[in-house]
Amino acid sequence: MVIAIVLFVLIVGSVLFHFLSPWYLTPLASNWSNIDDTIGLTFWVTGFVFVVVNLFLAWCVIRYRKCDGHKADYEPENKKLESWLTGLTALGVIAMLAPGLLVWGEFVTVPEDASEVEAVGQQWHWSFRVPGVDNKLGTTDVRFINADNPFGMNPDDPDGQDDVLIAGNELHLPIGKPVKLLLRSKDVLHNFTVAQFRVKMDLVPGMVSYLWFTPTEVGEFDILCEEYCGVAHFAMRGRVIVEEEADYQAWLNSYSTYAEMSSQPAGNAAAGETAYAVCSVCHGTQGEGNVALNSPKLNGQEAWYMKRQLEYFKSGARGSHEDDVYGKQMAPMATTLVTDTAINDVIAYIETLPDIPAPATVTGDVLHGQEVFANCVACHGADGQGLQALNAPRVAGMTDWYLVRQLQNFKQGIRGAHRKDMYGHQMTMMAATLPDEQTINDLVAYINTLPQ
Amino acid sequence: MSTATTMHDETGHVPPAEVEEVELYHAKTWLGKYVFSQDAKVIAIQYGCTAIAIGMVGLVLSLMMRLQLGFPNEFSFINPSNYIQAVTMHGMIMVVYLLTALFLGGFGNYFIPIMIGARDMVFPYVNMLSFWIYLLSVLILVASFFVPGGPSGAGWTLYPPQVMLEGTPGHEWGAILMLVSLAFFIIGFTMGGLNYVVTVLQARTRGMTLMRLPLTVWGIFMATILALLAFPALLVSAIMMLFDMLLGASFFMPAIVSMGEQLDHSGGSPILFQHLFWFFGHPEVYIVALPAFGMVSDILSVHARKAIFGYRMMVWAIVAIGGLSFIVWAHHMYVSGMNPYFGFFFATTTLIIAVPTALKVYNWVLTLWRGNIHLTIPMLFAIGFIFTFVNGGLTGLFLGNVTVDLPLSDTLFVVAHFHMVMAVSPVLVLYGAIYHWYPKISGRMFHQGMAQFHFWITFVGSYAIYYPMHYLGLMGVPRRYFSMGSTDFILPSAQGLNEFITIAAIIVGVTQLLFIYNLVWSLFKGEKASDNPWNATTLEWQTATTPPGHGNFGKELPLVYRWPYDYSVPGEDIDFLPQNQPPRGAG
Amino acid sequence: MTITLLFMAFLMGVVVWWLVKQTINIKPWVMDDGVLVGDVDAGVLSEPKAKTGLWVFLAVVTSMFCLFISAYAMRMKLGDWTPLPEPDLLWVNTGLLVLSSIALQWARNAAKQDRIDSLKVGLNVAGVLTIGFIVGQLFAWRQLVDDGYFLNSNPANAFFYLFTALHGLHILGGLVAWIRAVSRLWRGSDAAQVRLSVELCAVYWHFLLIVWLILFGLMLST
Repeated sequence: MVIAIVLFVLIVGSVLFHFLSPWYLTPLASNWSNIDDTIGLTFWVTGFVFVVVNLFLAWCVIRYRKCDGHKADYEPENKKLESWLTGLTALGVIAMLAPGLLVWGEFVTVPEDASEVEAVGQQWHWSFRVPGVDNKLGTTDVRFINADNPFGMNPDDPDGQDDVLIAGNELHLPIGKPVKLLLRSKDVLHNFTVAQFRVKMDLVPGMVSYLWFTPTEVGEFDILCEEYCGVAHFAMRGRVIVEEEADYQAWLNSYSTYAEMSSQPAGNAAAGETAYAVCSVCHGTQGEGNVALNSPKLNGQEAWYMKRQLEYFKSGARGSHEDDVYGKQMAPMATTLVTDTAINDVIAYIETLPDIPAPATVTGDVLHGQEVFANCVACHGADGQGLQALNAPRVAGMTDWYLVRQLQNFKQGIRGAHRKDMYGHQMTMMAATLPDEQTINDLVAYINTLPQ
Repeated sequence: MSTATTMHDETGHVPPAEVEEVELYHAKTWLGKYVFSQDAKVIAIQYGCTAIAIGMVGLVLSLMMRLQLGFPNEFSFINPSNYIQAVTMHGMIMVVYLLTALFLGGFGNYFIPIMIGARDMVFPYVNMLSFWIYLLSVLILVASFFVPGGPSGAGWTLYPPQVMLEGTPGHEWGAILMLVSLAFFIIGFTMGGLNYVVTVLQARTRGMTLMRLPLTVWGIFMATILALLAFPALLVSAIMMLFDMLLGASFFMPAIVSMGEQLDHSGGSPILFQHLFWFFGHPEVYIVALPAFGMVSDILSVHARKAIFGYRMMVWAIVAIGGLSFIVWAHHMYVSGMNPYFGFFFATTTLIIAVPTALKVYNWVLTLWRGNIHLTIPMLFAIGFIFTFVNGGLTGLFLGNVTVDLPLSDTLFVVAHFHMVMAVSPVLVLYGAIYHWYPKISGRMFHQGMAQFHFWITFVGSYAIYYPMHYLGLMGVPRRYFSMGSTDFILPSAQGLNEFITIAAIIVGVTQLLFIYNLVWSLFKGEKASDNPWNATTLEWQTATTPPGHGNFGKELPLVYRWPYDYSVPGEDIDFLPQNQPPRGAG
Repeated sequence: MTITLLFMAFLMGVVVWWLVKQTINIKPWVMDDGVLVGDVDAGVLSEPKAKTGLWVFLAVVTSMFCLFISAYAMRMKLGDWTPLPEPDLLWVNTGLLVLSSIALQWARNAAKQDRIDSLKVGLNVAGVLTIGFIVGQLFAWRQLVDDGYFLNSNPANAFFYLFTALHGLHILGGLVAWIRAVSRLWRGSDAAQVRLSVELCAVYWHFLLIVWLILFGLMLST
């Protein structure tokens, strides 16, 4: 008897939950309203069956529960009833399947006027490629991929020279125009998902998959990787920004083409030395850092990383948070390097400085730290030497108190939360996994033991 | 020859026992009786205990995941690496090492021979080997927790390339041990499976025609056929994967840049692996479901004192589901990057399979209709099963329909769906079945109060875990995420819901200890059970001793005169007629 | 997956045909005299159980090889496939395997007719030929490695080593059964006592011969 009442409560509760709870499909921002319609239809059909079958079940339990003198019916089968039920079920299934297949037909047929954009996945970042004036993407191959050619562009393909390369987690799209997104992976499986667009597809290394949609709402939308891709899977985020055509063009023009990128001059260390005079006040003449002035060691750090940080300080992506006391000191200094060339030059000079190991100042439980560091290895390397391919800087042999502070900043969202900090966001999620200060100290104490 | 035999001879039927009792191998030592036993019932209990033990490990791992999801970053012993390792090991343990082993190795071994009136499996020695190889596979799996790098963290689907690359925990040793363990599991299972099939085909007692088999046997029989044919797909993918990992082949591995370095592989296809894996993976769902379907049919019939409704339809539905389950596998791969045109075919076949499945549900409910429902513990679990299975089956129509799957694939909706249909439902049947047959297996009744409590918490609790989880998936919360961080579309209130789910999961998880306590307590302190406490008709309840001894039956095998569902037959004084009860006038 | 599906369809067809034959038009709840205790054998197969067991096992192995062949067919389409020149030695090995299968068949017939001497000869010859086959396969590997066809250089090579290794493992498993039969004969069993073992060995050998011919044919033609 109780079971019948509980069943009844669960049925009513489930239906009420469906209609009253705030958790449902997020508002649509693409053309795929008919996907939402098929979901709605499926809810009605299945909801009907759910309620009817279970109410009948509950009723049977009440009506036919054991009572003295009552005997069950003896009815091994009832062909007529069974055929009716088969027929009705088949009808219900067709009612759901037919619209589903029709909409799938639309999904597999990409409209002719769709513009192609490529999304490239790697552990654990996104980057994008937009065809240039020729409207054609150049060919690529994994074999061409290296530090200078992260997209694996075929250097001999004329179609690729004008491709716009967007090495960052943010893609802009013009509103109202169908897009065919070509999906390519450099390493493992990934999945391109924007919940508001409804469609998703895996990125498979060794092949190119695709999906298409037309953005219909201006705004910012998160890209999530929804195919497990390794330990930092949950931190592989990107963003799609849908905007008016003019804004989109302005954004696109701010990026360089493949040809322009490959012809950039290298930095000039001699010219950088003069500029470095300003830096040496805090960071030391050898770039060895100065704890009293809260300045970390620079020598031995990877050039691409320092370049990006200088750009972030300049643009406010870093050092603009009100609690970032020391970052705010660095930001105006970075603006003194006016041009890209100036940045390249000063970094070229820092690279000539000898790599002097920083003194260890942080202590903690090294064994515990080693355990925690297992989660850092995937990006920063087993020896903490950093890996440009994963956008992870060197941590071993660098200033340890600075590491502690940065981890705390990441954890508290003081660093990495700025929306232009493309790679910091991931680190905020990783730092969040460090539950307390002691763990951070243990971790850094372990990093101190790594070979320099 | 006994007197009973003579009587039948008079009516013109010839009834010798198929296997004489003396032909059985009788162990003389304690070791031979209880450890290296060749008695299917002992092997069944060995299988059952091992499966439940490793299942408890899986349960603890799931609670670890729930703690992280409900209270992100609050517990220092959970980090992204061991979280995903817990996800992987939980999935593999539950699907293969718990459910498959318990349903087929446990229930199959115990009930196939005894229900069809046989003394034992046809190849008892092979049957014993089957268990020991299974145990070895479990030990290898457990060993992977202790190797450098820990167990594999590639997700239970073990997709290449990530399974063997840096950036995935356990890519060095854990993954290899997992594959080797699976290979052993498959070899062990094949040995058992050969036994189950040949036993059903050739060891049935006189009068036990196919259409007089209890649905439990039908379910286990068909599931075994599926498993025998589907597990090779897993073996094939495991072997090819080991070639890629250890010998540098490129079956599944394309050219890749991993951690900034070019690998030596080239040209392989990760999707090829997915095809092979799911060719096993989908029938696997039914390998778990079909025995549950069979057992729940018998439980419903016994406790509603009514013949199962539409027996013939039920048998053919089991066969149809089994056959169809081989042509739906790619519905797990709608967004995998495979040729999207496959979607049309697989969506159609997948939704067709809904028809026989729905018929089974109708027939269960119609068995209760006009019945005489005894709300015993096994019956409560059976009713709970119908409710959760209806829910889980219906959400399958979302994911099977290719268009609807697009937004839902890889979200918590999928997790909620397959837990409802593959975890909660079969596990409710498992509990129902254990309570139902416990008196026969142990000779004691279980403790009613503890069992009641266990039922209510498990049933309501697991519904509270998985029903709301569907809506998190609808909103777009992905699966296999260590933490959500901040997004622009997930409502902050979702975290509250996650906390609720975690608390429910902890309550349900802890309650399972009570179940184990009840099993052990009742073994010593439970009331003595009679031979046939539920007044059931099938042969296992008609044994001379409880628990039945080696050889199951007395000197002579039972003769079967009727189908297993003669409950409340009109004109009879008692409301059940055992299968071996001769018709009036015959004896 | 077409090959695998065809095989599955065939097997399911067999299962369904067999079930229909046994169950159609039976209303199990109706008791009439004809099925009071069922037909004498209740539809139970009259074959020896070990033989049924072997056939079920062969179905499992067939399922596995079908899946390998399906994987082969799918992998072959992926561009980087360079066919492997099968060594001529394989033809010799194939011949050995055919002969061993014939010898076993001969032994099987001898066992049926209680000709114990021919049985011994047939069984021994079959074993020697089979071991010859295995050794020959190892030489074929050796030859390929010497010629620079390594497992990791091309998927066609990898499949070759994979197929031959698996097929060889199955043959080795068969040899275990063969050793048991031979040793029983040595210890003085008469033909009747090993009749079933020899029959099962023969069936298994024929099966593995067919598997080998299919695999070999597949690798030759692609």
